[in-house]
Amino acid sequence: MKIELPQVGESVTEGVIGKWLKNIGDNVEKFDPLVEVVTDKVNMELPSPVTGTLKEIMVPEGETVPMGAIIAEIEVEGDQDIEEQPDQRTEQTESPSTDIPVGKIGELLKDVSPVGPTGSGGPLNKTNELISSTTEKPVEPQQTTSKRQIYSPAVLRLSEKHQVDLNNIKGTGINGRVTRKDVQNYLQSSILPDNLTVNSTHDESLGEITSEPNGDEQRIPITPIRKIIAANMVKSATLIPQAWGQTEVDVTNLVARRNTLKESFKEREGITLTYLPFVIKAVSESLKEIPLMNSSWGNDSIILKKRIHISIAIAAPDGLVVPVIKDADTLSISGLAKRLNELITKTREGNLAMEDVQGGTFTVNNTGALGTTSSVPLVNYPQAGILTTEAIIKRPVIIDDAIAIRSMMNICLSFDHRIMDGQEATGFNMSVRKKLESISSNTPVY
Amino acid sequence: MPVKTVLEAVRDAMREEMRRDSNVFILGEDIGARGGVFLATDGFVEEFGETRIIDTPLAESSIAGIALGASMHGMRPIAEIEFGDFIWPTINQIVGEAAKVRYGTEGKLNAPLVIRAPHGGGVRGGLYHSQSVEAFFSHVPGLKVITPSTPYDAKGLLKSAIRDNDPVVFLEHKRTYRLVRGEVPDEEYTIPIGKADVKRQGDDISVITYGLMVHHCLEAASILENDGVSVEVLDLRTVRPIDEKSVLETAKKTGKVLIVHEDNKSLGIGAEVAAIISESAFEYLDGPITRLAGPEVPAMPFSPPLEEMFMVNTEKILQAIQQLAGY
Repeated sequence: MKIELPQVGESVTEGVIGKWLKNIGDNVEKFDPLVEVVTDKVNMELPSPVTGTLKEIMVPEGETVPMGAIIAEIEVEGDQDIEEQPDQRTEQTESPSTDIPVGKIGELLKDVSPVGPTGSGGPLNKTNELISSTTEKPVEPQQTTSKRQIYSPAVLRLSEKHQVDLNNIKGTGINGRVTRKDVQNYLQSSILPDNLTVNSTHDESLGEITSEPNGDEQRIPITPIRKIIAANMVKSATLIPQAWGQTEVDVTNLVARRNTLKESFKEREGITLTYLPFVIKAVSESLKEIPLMNSSWGNDSIILKKRIHISIAIAAPDGLVVPVIKDADTLSISGLAKRLNELITKTREGNLAMEDVQGGTFTVNNTGALGTTSSVPLVNYPQAGILTTEAIIKRPVIIDDAIAIRSMMNICLSFDHRIMDGQEATGFNMSVRKKLESISSNTPVY
Repeated sequence: MPVKTVLEAVRDAMREEMRRDSNVFILGEDIGARGGVFLATDGFVEEFGETRIIDTPLAESSIAGIALGASMHGMRPIAEIEFGDFIWPTINQIVGEAAKVRYGTEGKLNAPLVIRAPHGGGVRGGLYHSQSVEAFFSHVPGLKVITPSTPYDAKGLLKSAIRDNDPVVFLEHKRTYRLVRGEVPDEEYTIPIGKADVKRQGDDISVITYGLMVHHCLEAASILENDGVSVEVLDLRTVRPIDEKSVLETAKKTGKVLIVHEDNKSLGIGAEVAAIISESAFEYLDGPITRLAGPEVPAMPFSPPLEEMFMVNTEKILQAIQQLAGY
């Protein structure tokens, strides 16, 4: 039988072996003093727990050992079983080692069982049955058994702040409850350029310039919308291999058509007719001809979008926003003008709703309004293409070997080169050009 | 950095303060020649003599009363109550008098005394050597109650307690005395009273605790890390006044809070922490504020299996965290 250093004194972890009172080979009666043990609490003579022969002394005099360490072995007659019993703690007596770095937080020594102040506690017997029977019934937070979703204050606060429809989020909590983490994950995954959500934790990808502030610099805090734009641009630039093409369009007829309609349209509809509805119309029709341009890269497949929702880049007071004209292909020039006007008004007034900025499948950006004649836009992730319309400029153009003065406009296309090649992309530009150039005094507005 | 036990840290703090300030003296049972029942004052009587290391009769009310009187006359006594379980006769002196001295005299008098007491169970102490007493004293305005978990905190906080001008109840968990060791710098330092400490950073769930349970919570947190649950552990360190700012910060950060203490649940420290969060961080909560605490049973049983059942341990904390994290 292996003899352990017993627990002596409360909250004592180790003891010094004093004089051994028996020699190897001695017969030992139960309760015979076996060895002196010295701790900083008590000095005691350890009585033998059994009758037998002292077979081995493992710890010499003067050595310090942790509580529970095996210090000797006594051969007990006719009781071999005890000796065979595996003792888990034998291996663990090393644990209170002082070699392991512990830090300021420190460590709790394991498998050392302190005893009560009277020193009569006895060794720690782990009663696993008891432990498991109590821990099977842990504290249970109230469970929502009804099918009705109950949202926590944190979830409601987040969803309200970011205008998220909680019905769209799959809950991973107990009974399918939508957790705060679910909303956060949803917001992160849905940060698209046509999305107004703000997520401050999502800016790691934005890159960082760290330098000590100095007098030559001024730090401007980044607004939430700037953060989103930045995140979206990084996404576009890093995730989409983009190519670019420019086509020159003769919009003389478009200009003429619009000029004849301008006054009467304003009078009848109360809004100004711009060139943009004509462009959106042409783009929508071209997207039908070249469906690849109305798609998304899906890693193992290309996802063609059956409906045509055109995102329109609009400069808002605090940054760019990209509201969406849904089913643009089903609207007339007048319908597009009205919808466009609505979105511009909402944007300027800051009243865009979530549905106004979601679901775009292709983007049109009228950069020409700012005066550019050529620009290289970044594709609005995860769309396949973005088209800019540049400034309309009157230029001398050679037609049938004669010089004519025509209203010319460049259209510039950036596209996801994974989805298509130059042939399709150029075909798209040509298609848009063809449609814009074929506008005549008969082109219907309604 | 030297590695010390909580007991050694407590001993060092008192020795250094006694060397620094001759007004500091200790009184208590068996603290002189015996060096204290846990040897917290081992060697003190030899260094500081019997006028500063005063062995008292077995009369806790007089230990606290003498300390209070001395403190009101400019001394800085440390009253050692041998076990928290024996602190009840001091209630009148501490709660009824000491806590009210500064207020009652309009600041003309102070009571800069420290009442040190080993408390807590899990040490085979049975009914009379295992009690948790922090909730009783924490109810009292005018008292400060400290429950350190590590040697570093114990030393820094005990020094602050000795230097504090108000009565401080300093509760050392006796299971941490020799079972918790950690680094303690040789250089002089103090830790401000009333400041909690984030012992582990995490995002998914906050565990707010103090004393011995800090270590069980940290252990559970590191086990759960492998399961992808990121647990923040906030050690209150001072349970009166509670560091509301830190409590609210962690609650807002994770939205889920588990409060763990060994003391029984009803009207305990956890109830106060839960109320603070509910009052000021309700909108951030993503699950019920949950308490894991000792059972509503009059005392810790002596029988080892029953004691094991009574104590909050790593396994129980682990399950409670998993439950709440999955909510």
